[in-house]
Amino acid sequence: MTAHRMYLFKGFERFWHWAQAALIIALLVTGFQIHGYLHWFDFSTAVQVHGYLAWALVTLWIFAIFWHFTTGEWKQYTPTFDKIDKMILYYIWGIFFKQRYPHHQWIRHKHNPLQRLAYLWLKLMVHPLVWVSGALLLLYSYDWLPHMPLGLAVNEVAWAHTAAAYMLLFFLIAHLYLITTGKTPLTYTKAMITGWEVARDEVEPESVASKTGA
Amino acid sequence: MPRIGLDARRPAGAQARNSVAADLHIRHGQARAGDSSSQSTPRPRRRGQAINVLASLMLAASQPAAAFAQPAAHDDAATKVAAVTRPMSVPQETDGYVGTRTPQDHKDFKQLQGPFTTPEQVTQACLSCHTQAARQVMSNIHWTWKAWDPKTKRIVGKNEVYNNFCVSPISNEQFCTVCHIGYGSTDPNTFIPFSQRAEDRVDCLACHDQTKTYRKIPFIGGNPAMEKIAVRPGCNEVYGTDKPYVLPEDLPQIAKSVGPPTRYTCGLCHFYGGGGDGVKHGDLDSSLDEPSHDLDVHMDAKGLNFPCQQCHQSGDHRISGRHYTIDAVPVSDAFLRGAPHNGNAVTCQSCHSETPHHRNDDITALVAGTLNMHTRDIACQTCHIPEFARGSLPTKLDWNYATAGKLAPNGSPLVMVDKRGWNTYWGVKGSFAWGVNVVPDYRWFNGTEDWLHIGDKARPDKNGVVAINQIEGSATDGKSRIWPFKISRNNQPYDMKTGTLAVFHSFGFDDDAFTMAYDWKKAITVGMKAANLPFSGEIGFEKTAMYWPITHMVAPKSKALACRDCHANNGRLQNIDGVYIPGRATDHQPWIERIGLLMAALACVAVFLHGTIRVAMWLRRKF
Repeated sequence: MTAHRMYLFKGFERFWHWAQAALIIALLVTGFQIHGYLHWFDFSTAVQVHGYLAWALVTLWIFAIFWHFTTGEWKQYTPTFDKIDKMILYYIWGIFFKQRYPHHQWIRHKHNPLQRLAYLWLKLMVHPLVWVSGALLLLYSYDWLPHMPLGLAVNEVAWAHTAAAYMLLFFLIAHLYLITTGKTPLTYTKAMITGWEVARDEVEPESVASKTGA
Repeated sequence: MPRIGLDARRPAGAQARNSVAADLHIRHGQARAGDSSSQSTPRPRRRGQAINVLASLMLAASQPAAAFAQPAAHDDAATKVAAVTRPMSVPQETDGYVGTRTPQDHKDFKQLQGPFTTPEQVTQACLSCHTQAARQVMSNIHWTWKAWDPKTKRIVGKNEVYNNFCVSPISNEQFCTVCHIGYGSTDPNTFIPFSQRAEDRVDCLACHDQTKTYRKIPFIGGNPAMEKIAVRPGCNEVYGTDKPYVLPEDLPQIAKSVGPPTRYTCGLCHFYGGGGDGVKHGDLDSSLDEPSHDLDVHMDAKGLNFPCQQCHQSGDHRISGRHYTIDAVPVSDAFLRGAPHNGNAVTCQSCHSETPHHRNDDITALVAGTLNMHTRDIACQTCHIPEFARGSLPTKLDWNYATAGKLAPNGSPLVMVDKRGWNTYWGVKGSFAWGVNVVPDYRWFNGTEDWLHIGDKARPDKNGVVAINQIEGSATDGKSRIWPFKISRNNQPYDMKTGTLAVFHSFGFDDDAFTMAYDWKKAITVGMKAANLPFSGEIGFEKTAMYWPITHMVAPKSKALACRDCHANNGRLQNIDGVYIPGRATDHQPWIERIGLLMAALACVAVFLHGTIRVAMWLRRKF
């Protein structure tokens, strides 16, 4: 075992991740309450909390965007299809047999190609959709915005917001499961807490080969 | 158009003050000497002072002749006269024009000392000073029972349209005019049309009585009792007594104590419309005589204690605000009192503006903004009148004429009372259903009501119900808000051949009256003849619905509707279309919900399967 440790997640990145995780989960809960699916709090409380959380998330995003661009970390999300077939194969087959993880993880490429695409989809499609539709609804609800722009109807904006919320929910479910797919189920979680991750590229190849017959 | 016509261009307060001044000029020619002399001197700084001076002079005029014969020759004279001869404290401008006190105490006026042998003599005494009052009254809907509805371009009014209580005053005038502010014929069979009445037929006391003893009596033309009169059995509420008779009125006593209308005087007609206390409106009943804070924050007897005219601002005997010409969406900003564009003092917005919610101890500025956002689509009344008939008096919700006519074994009309003490059947009227604390029905409403006019062919809707006043409005017309309504229902006679609702002769001492003979054919024949309508003789019964916009009984803010009352499935606004109400499933985009929930479910299933295989393989590797 020649494992070595890498410092993958810097302090701000971890704060951003966990704060965003908490905010999004709370927004989903209050949001689905407003939507009529949960009845955990009073409607008025849910609406107010949802609004405050939204402001907090917007603030966080502003810092995060600044951080991404000033540190160059945005490059982590540049899409690549290189070895993507191997990644897919790994997740639907190889993972069950402890096959070698096809992505060589290192500090400049900490996300595998599937992760990159997923996060890119999240950041370029879901987040803008939820942000723009949410901001419109929030301003409308504060009576700061007399009409929806571009001739949009309130229900259309609300539907867009709902669709984005479902995408986030889908992402959340997948994400919560996939973080258990590290070397041990808690490897990734620990990494996101401490910043340090044990690199997994030096798994004994012979044991894999013997099981898969490769 | 603002509903009070020409007055709309003048601030109500100023108008009221002007009319006081004008009145004083006119009714006391004697005082002119003092008045003109004071005009030759520097003008009083404030109009209020002028009024006080004039008022004092007027009081002086009511004293023995020597008092007003004093010349008021120089600057201070007028004030001096006032100071010397002022027999009682004269209200100051700061007291306000409309209040519990009359601007003038009338008790010493010699014209009002009586004796009066007819009520018309009281009116003559009133008109001897208030020379324009009768003409003003006779031009207003309280007298004419007619109004022009600019929206439907038709004349509306009690005699013009149907209702689904006693259906129409036509052929029942001698009973119905118990609520007309005029004096008619004391012969139960003779009705004098309003347009043919002299000025002294105006009933000043009906509105200006302060003693709460003045009563207009049915079948004598709405005159007060001048002799002992027997109460018609079962009609004690209309005669205003629980005894079997009414005694003659003490007219001088009433005349001497006149003052501005009170909730009680307005309520004598407006609380008892439709045949009894609370029957008609649902938001108006005698519980508003002395309402609690919970019942109505504005009329709260121990609080603001508003009289009706605090909102129904009036001037020259024109009273603002009425059912026939409702402003569902008051345009422009707040119609604040005294502002030159004060068009419609009777709306909530008149005082509270279009953005009435502000940050306070209970809500943040953001919540206030959110509540204000709702005013785009929702009338104030919808949230702030959570239920009507909240004063523990029931309002009539359903009436069925088809069952009328049953008699008790002793031959008198059958009366049935339920265990709450509510009258559920009366032989002369039919069966009833009542309710207290009733949740309103909600509709988009733009202020236009398409009334069913006498003689119009009734057109039942798909449920077989004829709308007496079709409420108009929609989410998209830009003129509507969601309003609360009481819906009064009836099952009332109609001519099966012509399809018109029947006008029938209900009340009278003659044998054709339904309440005497219980014979629909006779009653309708007389009624239709009086209404100049054909009658085939084939009688059926047709369901009708009448909409009453709810606007009184405004609850304290803590009792207003909460978010969840509408933001939920099957909430108050479940059947309102055209608005997106978060929390109401019918506003969801069904495909987004289906796909979204399906994707979430598939993700869960995938996680479960994938995880199960992983665990299984791990176990296999391990053991």
